[in-house]
Amino acid sequence: MKVTRRTFIQGGVVGAAALAGLGFDLAPAQAMIKDLKISRASEVRSVCPYCAVGCSMIAYVGGQGKTQSFNTTPHLIHIEGDPDSPVNGGSLCPKGAATMQLALSSDRIEHPRYRAPGANEWTRISWDEALDRLARLMKDARDERFVATDADGNTVNRNEGFAWGGGATITNEEGYLVTKFMRALGVVGLEQQARL
Amino acid sequence: MTTTDLGLTIRRQSATPASGTNIRRDHSTPALEISKLVDIDLCIGCKACEVACKEWNDLQVEETHLFSGYQSHPDLTPHTWDLMRFNEVELAGGALAWLIRKDSCLHCEEPGCLLACPAPGAVIQYENGIVDFNQDACIGCQYCVSGCPFDIPRFDTVTKKVYKCTLCIDRVSTGLEPACVKACPTGAIRFGTKEDMLAYGLEKVEKLKARGFSEAMLYDPVGVGGLHMMYVVPRGEILEQYGLPVDPTVTAPTSFPSLIGALRKVGATASWAGLLAAAVYFLKTGKRYPPPEEEAVAAAYEKAPHG
Amino acid sequence: MASLAATFGRGAMTNHWVDFKNTDVFLVLGANPAENHPCGWKWAFVARDTRKARIIHIDPRFTRTSATADKWVAIRAGTDTAFFGGMIKYILDNELYHDEYVKLHTNASFIVAEGFSFSDGLFSGYDEATRKYDTASWDYERETGPTSGDEGGPTQSEGFAMRDPTLEHPRSVFQLLKQHYARYTPEVVEEVTGIPRDQFLEIAQEFGATGVPEKVGNIVYAVGLTHHTQGSQMIRAAAIVQLLLGNMGRPGGGMNAERGHANIQGNTDNAQSWDILPGYLAIPKPGTTTIDEYIDTSALTQLDPDAVNYFGTNYRKFLVSLAKAWYGDAATASNEFAFDYFPKPDKNWSWMTFYDEALAGRLHGLFNSGMSSVNIGPDSNRVIRALSNLKWLVVMDPFPTASSEFWHGDGIDPASVDTEVFFLPTTHWIEKSGAFVNSGRWTQWKHAALPAEGELKDDVYILAQLLHRLRRLYQEEGGPFPDPIMDLTWPYSNPDNPPLEEVSKEINGVDLTTGRQLATFNDAKDDGTTSIGNWLYTGSWTEEGNQMDRRGTDDPTGLGFYHNWTWSWPANRRVMYNRASADAQGRPWDPTRPGITWNGTRWVGDVPDFTPDSSPQERKGAFIMTGEGVGRLFAPGSLMGDGPIPEHYEPVESPVQNVLSPTRHVPTTILYEGVAASFAEDDSEFPYVATTYRVTEHEHFVTQYVPYLVEAMPDFFIELPRELAAEKGINDLDQVRVLSKRGQVQGVALVTKRMRPLRLGNKVVYQVGIPVHWHPTGGHGKGNTAQMVNLLTPYVGDGTTVTPEFKAFLVNVESA
Repeated sequence: MKVTRRTFIQGGVVGAAALAGLGFDLAPAQAMIKDLKISRASEVRSVCPYCAVGCSMIAYVGGQGKTQSFNTTPHLIHIEGDPDSPVNGGSLCPKGAATMQLALSSDRIEHPRYRAPGANEWTRISWDEALDRLARLMKDARDERFVATDADGNTVNRNEGFAWGGGATITNEEGYLVTKFMRALGVVGLEQQARL
Repeated sequence: MTTTDLGLTIRRQSATPASGTNIRRDHSTPALEISKLVDIDLCIGCKACEVACKEWNDLQVEETHLFSGYQSHPDLTPHTWDLMRFNEVELAGGALAWLIRKDSCLHCEEPGCLLACPAPGAVIQYENGIVDFNQDACIGCQYCVSGCPFDIPRFDTVTKKVYKCTLCIDRVSTGLEPACVKACPTGAIRFGTKEDMLAYGLEKVEKLKARGFSEAMLYDPVGVGGLHMMYVVPRGEILEQYGLPVDPTVTAPTSFPSLIGALRKVGATASWAGLLAAAVYFLKTGKRYPPPEEEAVAAAYEKAPHG
Repeated sequence: MASLAATFGRGAMTNHWVDFKNTDVFLVLGANPAENHPCGWKWAFVARDTRKARIIHIDPRFTRTSATADKWVAIRAGTDTAFFGGMIKYILDNELYHDEYVKLHTNASFIVAEGFSFSDGLFSGYDEATRKYDTASWDYERETGPTSGDEGGPTQSEGFAMRDPTLEHPRSVFQLLKQHYARYTPEVVEEVTGIPRDQFLEIAQEFGATGVPEKVGNIVYAVGLTHHTQGSQMIRAAAIVQLLLGNMGRPGGGMNAERGHANIQGNTDNAQSWDILPGYLAIPKPGTTTIDEYIDTSALTQLDPDAVNYFGTNYRKFLVSLAKAWYGDAATASNEFAFDYFPKPDKNWSWMTFYDEALAGRLHGLFNSGMSSVNIGPDSNRVIRALSNLKWLVVMDPFPTASSEFWHGDGIDPASVDTEVFFLPTTHWIEKSGAFVNSGRWTQWKHAALPAEGELKDDVYILAQLLHRLRRLYQEEGGPFPDPIMDLTWPYSNPDNPPLEEVSKEINGVDLTTGRQLATFNDAKDDGTTSIGNWLYTGSWTEEGNQMDRRGTDDPTGLGFYHNWTWSWPANRRVMYNRASADAQGRPWDPTRPGITWNGTRWVGDVPDFTPDSSPQERKGAFIMTGEGVGRLFAPGSLMGDGPIPEHYEPVESPVQNVLSPTRHVPTTILYEGVAASFAEDDSEFPYVATTYRVTEHEHFVTQYVPYLVEAMPDFFIELPRELAAEKGINDLDQVRVLSKRGQVQGVALVTKRMRPLRLGNKVVYQVGIPVHWHPTGGHGKGNTAQMVNLLTPYVGDGTTVTPEFKAFLVNVESA
């Protein structure tokens, strides 16, 4: 099995449990206390992906220094609240406290997939294949459903061939670029999570 | 703050006489005692503490199913050291109260688990008040379970060891607050010196009384010498409905003969001495550390059969 | 948020999380902040601790917010307008309103035109055939000619609204409000909402008591108010309460809409919404071919001599600067700055229209990017049919969703589904930089913590690749009007995966003459010399760098503004409409809680939501974004599609008739093809009111993939009142089925004291609570379709915004 970041961490979790006792030695007393697991991690400032309180969080990342470590992939050790933030002051709700599992979930899909009409399973597809095919479909839909002029003779230049339904865990910059691109394509069906 | 200031030298260990190790501090200065305080008035039952505890301590996910209300597990487990307990209560007059309490080790000043434990060094009390288990020394006899007046330690059938909240001693030892405290969204779980927490608690009780909670109380029972995780309880009149015993006390181990049997198996004569010392201590003195206890333990050690 | 814009000028939470510490009384309704915004809600507890604030929670369920509130009362889902209407009446009858504030900062004194009327639940101008209002009569009486002393000819006053400062004119907004809400007696409130009148009066009295300068009340709400056919009017009604009590613009006050997702505010600001362009510029209507025509139909006109009308006045600058950002050199004065490049929809194109179009075979393709049509619904079965009728569906997501897998869902034969489906795995938040905007408009930069692994790609990579490919196709094959695609600016250093920092700078805007980042939207030009992606964000990335990444924690006023922590739109001000925190002379209503104060030469305190050096003597209106210059108790013209004054209607599925008028339901809801038959007419078959929500351990659908959160709150459950369970012979933890006219779900019964039967007149109504979260796709919920709550919800939306009704509908419950 290829060791990805996620499997590495899962191994780490099991390993930590198995090794939990190793640091415990009756003398000297200090050695009985388990080492702080984040003591050598680098800190990266992020913001929680869930609700809109906007809690600042610190991602503790191992395997990188000021530049990325040459021999390992940066891996996430832990996430907790950023005490600098005036909003959350370091606290997090249960969702925020469990964000590491969201980031490292083994349920994440790792390759583009394609499901042909009538097919009963996914097939793995390359990004180029997927994007080529999708661009073709987008153009066909736009060309077929483009309204340049409406019944009253008004120039309306709208594309009723496809629509975009977006989520709200993407950043301003991504959302802005979606709007910019979709409106350039003449899309009128453009929505996100706000109404839902 | 130096390490000594964090109170991380050992005050006593299970089944070990004169087990304090502090040579760093002048004994005339009191050790810094720390405490958590759970202000139930501010607790929204969100389980951030529960999840943060599991995440920080790398505790494994357990399959759960709803068994009643919003509580995630019926009880604490070896892998769940912190559990939000929920209780829907109809008050006199028909109003509804949803009592929610964070349940986890209370780190008693007189820890029933430590006193009941026959395995040397399996339960350790630090000067700052943290009571921690050392699973390497644990023999799996579960006397700590029956010795605990709050029913906290949990035996794991796979590892044959007992587990509970460590008060995040790894974090505390570097000056960080425990994971549950850090996460708590509303400030319901607080952390500081015992003195500061007492002050907060007493002031909060007054504020609650002003808000109409006439029986509000600070839960820090004397029967266990006080706690290093205290509660502010808004409705003190129905304390038991929160799942808190009204008058918890440290009791002697239930069965001496079987305990001796257990000790023979591991051949731990020193443990026997420790056990006896502990028994003598809590039966006779009922007093707080430091000197009386150490003296009692030492005295008991002298009298105990050796070899 | 349409209702907030219609009332105050902008559509966003008016204050911010930390500001909750300045509140005296919280009225929480249509929200469950302790569960859904725990880390923000702490500030309410701080207010209770430090200033003895009181927290009142009104909700169909006793939630974890109720458990920690000072008072909870149960309300029937979907009746909040009746509650607020009763509050308005109580405040007016008992003269609890803040008189000076109302006269100074609201349109109470404006006179409404003679043609306006209301009877039998309908406002003037209703057309039954189109289910739309002609809003022409919802207008003010206008000045028509010269005012006294003039030499003839039109004066500046022409077109301005007439006012009566005494508020006594029978058609003044103030008198109209009194008249309209005369019907909303405590008895009626009780019969509609189920809130016993004595409890209603207690709450009205307690919150009404904040109508004095030395007290501030805060209304906190969330999708419990928006997810209704009359949701925007519920919010309007609450906003009217806040204006009457003088609670707007003040620290500790406000209409605080709690957003439910990390960047829902930012993505609305950036116009992922069918009806707007970035910065809330309206999408142009068919028939507008020049910018002049666009301004005429979209920008607000000045209605009062004292109004600043900032937005209306600067509309052209913002639109032209946007056109420059998108189309660069192709947008010139000679081609109306590429105005033809902007699409002009002829109808509402919100969510439900997508599926309607798909069912009709008109919509060929759909993107689901970080959201899932099937789970969200409404009426998931209908959505699934719509997806099956698409030619193609693209899901861009880190995780599989019920939409990406719909074609092999329960009861569906994949062979019968011809939709081509793409799953494009994307990076997640932790792997990307960029700004999230919190509910309180704090725009906070985050840093990528981890590199993208394996074949995961950024969303913007996908956009860039599709753009390049489409350009190639149009170049090779031609096609209708490719100009906007070809001319779209794409000036990024890595055109294949644009760096978000560069996009952020584009959003902020640049002076094209000097090449310098703009510092303020006051510098926007309408001659094509400035380029601004979103004027609201001008100031976020200036020549001084990324303001959203600032980490200053100083708070000199002690009021929690934190001006040096990240950045807040607009212009880094923390409390919107803060001019209204002061009286006519510029003195704060409450000197202990000043928003801004006139110091003789400038406004100081928060960043003023006002011209910083406009003295009180200039008498400029506090609400600079409205044409009136004041807050709108009455929302004239087309601001609200379903009425200028909020009126109660029953949800489309309701157990009772409308007590207040013969018009039972919101008259302007869009009835999509074939949906009317999917609504239960009455409660004969489906007797219980159901409502949906999230719990604190979950967020929407994604946390099904987070084991610790599944552990913390496992299983799909249905909350039932004890009394109903007893009637039905259902025990705690029994498996139960919940059925609506559209579908059914099955889950564990949680029999609880926290849901109480309501008495409406002679009728007892039970409410049932069902959380949204679980889906059949992966993680813990795998394989179980009958746990998607939106299988139950009705396919109908708000009369103004078309936001779906997720919060009040009828069901039946039975043992499974």
